Amino acid sequence: MKKISKIVGNIASFESMGLVDGPGVRFVVFLQGCPLRCAYCHNPEMWNASSKKIEMSPEELVEKIKRYRPYFKGEGGVTMSGGEPLLQADFVTEVFKLCKKEGIHTCLDTSGFGNASDQLLDNTDLVILDVKELDDDKYFSLVGQKMDKFRIFLHKCQEKNKKLWLRQVIVPGYNDTKESVFKLNNFAKDLKNVEKIELLPYHDMAKKKYEALGIAYKLQDVPNMDVRKCKQLEKLLKN
Amino acid sequence: MQEAWTGFKGTKWKNEIDVSDFILNNYKEYKGDDKFLQGASPKTAKLWQKCEKLLAEEAKTGLLDVELHAISGINTFAPGYIDKQNEVIFGLQTDAPLKRIVNLYGGTRMAEKALAAYDKKLDPTIERHFLEYRKTHNDGVYDAYTPEIRKARTAGLLTGLPDSYGRGRIIGDYRRVALYGVDFLIQQKQKDKLGIDVSCEENIRLREEVSEQIKALEELKKMAFGYGFDISGPAKNAREAVQWLYFAYLASVKENNGAAMSLGRTSTFLDVFIERDIKNGLLSEQDAQELVDQFIIKLRLVRHLRTPDYDVIFGGDPTWVTESIAGMVDEKKSLVTKTSFRYLQTLINLKPSPEPNLTVLWSENLPTNFKKFCAKISILTDAIQYEGDEVMRPLYGNDYAIACCVSAMTVGKQMQFFGARCNLAKALLYSINGGEDEMSGVQVVDGLEKCTDEVLNFSKVMKNYKKTLEKVAKTYVDAMNIIHFMHDKYAYEREQMALHDTFVQRLMAFGAAGFSVVADSLSAIKYAKVTPVRNENGVAIDFKIEGDFPKFGNDDDRVDKLAVEVAQFFFNCLQKHKLYRNAKHTLSILTITSNVMYGKKTGATPDGRKAGQAFAPGANPMHNRDINGALASLNSVAKIPYQNCCQDGISNTFSIVPDALGHDEKARVENLVQILDGYFAQNAQHLNVNVLNRDLLIDAMNNPWKYPSLTIRVSGYAVNFNRLSRAHQQEVIDRTFHEKR
Repeated sequence: MKKISKIVGNIASFESMGLVDGPGVRFVVFLQGCPLRCAYCHNPEMWNASSKKIEMSPEELVEKIKRYRPYFKGEGGVTMSGGEPLLQADFVTEVFKLCKKEGIHTCLDTSGFGNASDQLLDNTDLVILDVKELDDDKYFSLVGQKMDKFRIFLHKCQEKNKKLWLRQVIVPGYNDTKESVFKLNNFAKDLKNVEKIELLPYHDMAKKKYEALGIAYKLQDVPNMDVRKCKQLEKLLKN
Repeated sequence: MQEAWTGFKGTKWKNEIDVSDFILNNYKEYKGDDKFLQGASPKTAKLWQKCEKLLAEEAKTGLLDVELHAISGINTFAPGYIDKQNEVIFGLQTDAPLKRIVNLYGGTRMAEKALAAYDKKLDPTIERHFLEYRKTHNDGVYDAYTPEIRKARTAGLLTGLPDSYGRGRIIGDYRRVALYGVDFLIQQKQKDKLGIDVSCEENIRLREEVSEQIKALEELKKMAFGYGFDISGPAKNAREAVQWLYFAYLASVKENNGAAMSLGRTSTFLDVFIERDIKNGLLSEQDAQELVDQFIIKLRLVRHLRTPDYDVIFGGDPTWVTESIAGMVDEKKSLVTKTSFRYLQTLINLKPSPEPNLTVLWSENLPTNFKKFCAKISILTDAIQYEGDEVMRPLYGNDYAIACCVSAMTVGKQMQFFGARCNLAKALLYSINGGEDEMSGVQVVDGLEKCTDEVLNFSKVMKNYKKTLEKVAKTYVDAMNIIHFMHDKYAYEREQMALHDTFVQRLMAFGAAGFSVVADSLSAIKYAKVTPVRNENGVAIDFKIEGDFPKFGNDDDRVDKLAVEVAQFFFNCLQKHKLYRNAKHTLSILTITSNVMYGKKTGATPDGRKAGQAFAPGANPMHNRDINGALASLNSVAKIPYQNCCQDGISNTFSIVPDALGHDEKARVENLVQILDGYFAQNAQHLNVNVLNRDLLIDAMNNPWKYPSLTIRVSGYAVNFNRLSRAHQQEVIDRTFHEKR
């Protein structure tokens, strides 16, 4: 008899054409719920884990993902993002297991804040890790949580030899300096399997969402990050 | 002939007219990259500069000049030049560039209105004589129209019918003139004529038509002679091949003013001549590009006299000089040549432009370098449309071309009876309102019952809708049979038909608009609670919707299947009726830009769309209702069946902001290729690609002078953004832009 898992995922939304969240064309699943409260978060509507959005079994979700196979070709596949996908680690594990059976590339887009089982990482082809901050105090003030879990997760990825893409949001006046970028670069140098480092320019497009949700916007007076300057900083990483 | 054909292989094409056989025997597939391409030659640069000035001048008023002392015809105008010493390819529609032709054969009303709008008056003698002694296509049509057709037309249930101007969408095989010369074509037609007996009306008509075709070919020869060229024999080199081919096309746009006057599939054909000359040291790459650039310049200058209303509906001044590029011979070998690249390169050398309507016949199996080049040019110019070779080739063979936006036909062997479109969303309202028009209160369709339910019941509405579609299909077919009977009789395309086989297959192309509105409306009625708000006559003028419902464009079968059901049902309804000249039924889901006008003429619909609000173009999901990203949207459209249903094309327009397509140029090119591969692998038929920012369009709307050549793709063709009406510009801006999340 076919085993049907009882696990149900709580999904905020889908992006069927993710072209910037992993290699190739990605079907991106945004999972509802996040333990962090990053000051620049552009998906605050995904914070609340108990708010039920689209509920789906892993089998149902994989059926949906399979519809996009013609676009995946060699590189593309599925990216689980959020919210924080590790908050629904069991669901993600089941989805990735099924995807691997189908030969679909799997990518976990995470802040590393959560528990990842061996089984989850064994079925993950690529981890996109959001390196929020490298300094403990700054990390806490930015995201509202301690850094321990991030370290444990990263350690586990290294142990398992997982391919890594590192990301950092660059916010004017906070980390838009050469020093900060060099620090990130040095941090990356000590890691293995880092394939890519991406700097994402901060933008305030989510402001309206905060207003609608009645949540105070912490970066009220911070301007958008200059895209060209951000690109220049990114070039420093390549050297 | 032998001399002109030196070095060309094959035998079949030498004994009978078979351009495809010539191409397959002689073309050289090119799998390399775009590095060989050259910029514009000094002559081209000078010539184009001059043209740009004229185009800017024309843009101020919409019309530069019009000939008032002669009407349409192959030899009614003296030869014209732009800048003779810098021209390499010769010939203009009239004696001066951008000077338009008055064509009265389709109907005099349209021509008069157009002239009046620009304060012009035709030579009174011509007008008097024409009106006194000639009957037009339009006169004939109105003599035969039924009351049902007239009502459907006035209400906007059937619109855009070619009943007052040229029907267009006929592609002459202009290549035949270059390959064989005119004399051989005349001989073949004479032979054909001998074989047609006079046993029936159909044959007598055909004999008369073939005689007209022969006369037109003689006139074509004379026209070329006026420019100093003898085209009675085949072209002897590349320059002549381009020139002969262009003359053949030119004669067609002197004689006809069809909505779409498409070119066919010429790049790989011409490549054979170009490569022969290059091999023999007669032509350099720069020369080859110059020939192509100069040919394209001529195509960009083609004009027809239109009324300002027409320009409003179609968003500018389109001519649909559609050229089909690439495609495959079979699963392994493509028809991509260096000249396929050279044609696309004109978008760089001469800046982006809506015309000619460059259409790439896409297959996953096209050479990778060519696919990447297309993606690169698309990202830079937004001026290319893509159509699925894998769904069309099995039906039309490997020598078909696109007329207008999405209509495929085998070149020289098939022609189309163009039939504009039917407003399916309005038909849905009629099925709720008992055939009474929601805007005018006029009873348009008889024999339907008004729905009196407080809340709409899905199975009842669906049943009524099907009954309505059956009635509408009958009226639509009647209108089309009348129109094409009269068009053949009063405005026969002599020269274009001379460049077809005598025994041609005819396709009658019906069309549907408001497709996604209907799908979403039916879905709302089925999955949510829809309560009509009725006026004092019991006509639903608005709808109250409670609850959510699946929307077309999210790859959700619950609604997508409803969309497919409607398309299939409507096509079956059309098929029940016999067509003029035994034409074959086809159907398109295409609006061009008339989606704005259709919306204006249609009341509120059960999907929540307000009265007057624009429809989505073609088969596109409604604006901003496709919330699962672009591929979900593409997947929904890909479900609409092409073969044996929408075989005249399914138009889809896709806009994406550059940042969402990838972090850098390389990624953008690769991702666009993947998207096109994935979409067409699912048997999809058509995709317009726009890679641009909404902010840029808003800026262009407010500061048009900053963007003189901003070209964007709309349903099935490209337009210059500045030439769109404000309502169209707003509609384009309101469309779903797939952004990065």
